[in-house]
Amino acid sequence: MAEGKTSGLDPIEQFEIHPAFEKFGHFELLGYDVTFTNSALMMSIAVALIGLFLFTGTSKKALVPGRLQSMAEISYEFVANMIRSTAGRDGLKFFPFIYALFMFILFANVLGLIPFFFTTTSHIIVTIALALMVFFTVVIVGLWKHGLKFLKLFVPSGVPVVILPFVVLLEVISFISRPLSHSIRLWANMLAGHIMLKLFAIFIIMLFGALTGAAKLGAIAPFIMVVVLTPLEILVAFLQAYVFAILTSVYINDALHPGH
Amino acid sequence: MSTFATLMAASSVMVGLAGENAKEAVEHVTEHAESGLFPPLNTATYPSQIFWLAITFGLLLFLLAKVLLPRLGGILEERSNRIADDLDSAARMGREAEQAGKAYEQSLSDARAKAHNVAETTRASVTSELETEMQTADEQAAKQMAQAEAKIQKTRAEALANVDEIASQTAQAVVEHLYSKKFNIASVRKAVKAID
Repeated sequence: MAEGKTSGLDPIEQFEIHPAFEKFGHFELLGYDVTFTNSALMMSIAVALIGLFLFTGTSKKALVPGRLQSMAEISYEFVANMIRSTAGRDGLKFFPFIYALFMFILFANVLGLIPFFFTTTSHIIVTIALALMVFFTVVIVGLWKHGLKFLKLFVPSGVPVVILPFVVLLEVISFISRPLSHSIRLWANMLAGHIMLKLFAIFIIMLFGALTGAAKLGAIAPFIMVVVLTPLEILVAFLQAYVFAILTSVYINDALHPGH
Repeated sequence: MSTFATLMAASSVMVGLAGENAKEAVEHVTEHAESGLFPPLNTATYPSQIFWLAITFGLLLFLLAKVLLPRLGGILEERSNRIADDLDSAARMGREAEQAGKAYEQSLSDARAKAHNVAETTRASVTSELETEMQTADEQAAKQMAQAEAKIQKTRAEALANVDEIASQTAQAVVEHLYSKKFNIASVRKAVKAID
């Protein structure tokens, strides 16, 4: 879609994946195309920024924190409190994992809002990979710590024997569908938000082009929408990172304490 | 999602306004989706995305777990320790201040009691001393009074005794002058006594 006269006016074009540096061509590994794409570039930038943020934020080790250190500390306390309140104190063993998920998704989401930047989390494969990582972490940790008692997760206590098989079936289905809802929630939010922003941005141009004279002022309506939607999308970017992280800690709580 | 639906409705209205170009663009969108080229569903890009996600996220996880979060956690722990220490010492100092205050109150009340005592004893001793002195002074005064009385008595008796003699001598002088002859003082005395 890089060519053609509708280029730039296509709300889907922003999700296209292409090599980040054309001149390096494509890389292959075990027969798979693993080219360093714009998506890979954005992931790298996100990781680099997180690293930079935390590294410079902690370089002074000040007792009374400056702005950057304060922000780093707030992010730390925020995630730590979230884990403590959902998965308890022993959930803090997974603190680096959940913190990494939160920061990675947050940075990916927020960076994606910058014009011309690619949003890595607007691709289902990325979000489902993250969600499956959480899912398998939960299953492995649950079985590791509790063995077959982990299966008690599917057997709520205090349910009459008559409907127990039905309830167990429901619990199993809901457990298996977790990675799906976990990933699609994030993906759909990012995708829809970006399409919406892009649509209204396109409408500004189109209205301006189609209308004549004083009527051109009508293009201000979609412009206002873009202005209103942008902060909303920033909120959604943060919120979805938070939701992903808190659901992760809720699921990890299941792995740590399977008895309901 | 209801906001999304509203926005989509609004956008379709605007499509109507925008004319041909917009319709074309929207058709493009649908064409994209129908042809299976909708980028997020293009499986050809999946290996690359998974590969680079694994590398970048793995690196991030490693950095966070081994370097950055311990650093940050260390700072926070140090601060909370410091705050706890400071609060402890503040509480200790508060207790010490309270004790010092109590000790001060104690010494103050002690001193007050002592001062009261001293005043009492001094007053008592002064009073008793005063009394004894008064007594001695009284006694002495009484003694002196008695002596003076005795002396007065004596002087008076002497004076009374002298009166006769003076009268006798006066009478002798008067009589000798009157009669121009000497009179024995003894006879004058007898005569004066006879007048009494």
